[in-house]
Amino acid sequence: MALLGLLDREPSHGYELKRDYDTYFGRGRPLPFGQVYATLARLARDGKAIAGDAEPGAGPDRKRYTITDTGKHEVEVWLGAPIPAEPYLHTDLFVKVVLSLMLGRPAEEYLDVQRAAHLRRMRELTDLKQHGSLVDALLADHGLFHLEADLRWIDLTAARLAALTREVAS
Amino acid sequence: MTRTNSYSGVQLGGVIIEARDLVLSFGETPALRSASLSVQRGEILAVMGPSGSGKSTLLHCLAGILVPDSGEVSFDGQRLDTMREEQRSRLRRDRFGFVFQFGQLVPELTAEENVALPLLLGGTRREEALRGARVWFERFELDGLERHRAGEMSGGQAQRVALARGLVAHPDVLFADEPTGSLDSLTGELVMGLMTSAARDEGATVVLVTHEPRVAAYADREVIVRDGKVSAAVGALS
Repeated sequence: MALLGLLDREPSHGYELKRDYDTYFGRGRPLPFGQVYATLARLARDGKAIAGDAEPGAGPDRKRYTITDTGKHEVEVWLGAPIPAEPYLHTDLFVKVVLSLMLGRPAEEYLDVQRAAHLRRMRELTDLKQHGSLVDALLADHGLFHLEADLRWIDLTAARLAALTREVAS
Repeated sequence: MTRTNSYSGVQLGGVIIEARDLVLSFGETPALRSASLSVQRGEILAVMGPSGSGKSTLLHCLAGILVPDSGEVSFDGQRLDTMREEQRSRLRRDRFGFVFQFGQLVPELTAEENVALPLLLGGTRREEALRGARVWFERFELDGLERHRAGEMSGGQAQRVALARGLVAHPDVLFADEPTGSLDSLTGELVMGLMTSAARDEGATVVLVTHEPRVAAYADREVIVRDGKVSAAVGALS
């Protein structure tokens, strides 16, 4: 989804997408070229992107890919949908925040939707804690503390959105 | 209109508090900038937001402690913002209960006198008021502390006494501003568990200001206050 999201900015070559992916999301784990082209081929097959004609120099990396309306819709839906409220979702949320800033989408609204999803899960766990056994409470607390850590990150990120937007745009 | 909270199954009976376009500044500093909010009868609502966002100011306006510069606040169909201070004061005493973060107990009074205070101020005879207060000591696991003064109790005990005082006069609405803010996690959870179950038993509506997600998770839904405005609620109400 990250590659499709990057493609939503402007038509791009595979190597450009890989470069930007590695810069923003790779964090020391660069995306293999093979995976980039396999993903682009799959996106083209599924009608989410269109491959342009091969440019001089040939080879798979000479094609410029353009996102389709179907692809744009998929990015839109993905950005707006909260991730299931499980602990350790930083990476996905992080990609969502950065991409939505790049695409000029309402990152703050997405964070609000995610905050609500987290709090809904926390309410369920709190109810389990109040009405279940001590062992249930122990398990619920484990989830609650992790969800709370995510929420702190969400709040901090929300407070930094203006600065993040400037950095991503530069 | 009656509706059911989709999560807790609590029956909610129409709007009890309505705030529209509240604006309030302290000198040059704006605290509320067109804040609007509806509270359903019987619900437990968490008002969240970062420090300085205006959430406590909003609570004070909803409770008739502060009057907004402009905008309307209604409680049970009565306008609080146009009411005389004397009437608001009576309303606060008779229909609202309060729990705050710090320093709430009168140090010269015993725990049971502190709990009985709203009843005494409402004109209940002393013996009857103390009898009404003592019921809460068993309910909140405070047996034996009736004659203790604030300085002779732990933070958690003092907060439970304050909570009992907030509920003793059977208020329609309990306003709680960071009620666990000065307590450790375990004690805070005990206080929250007691507060929410007692409020549900009493049929009281609760407006709970907190910046802690684990405290807000005891509520039926949450709203976020940001820069003096209430952001669209994305809560659990169907």
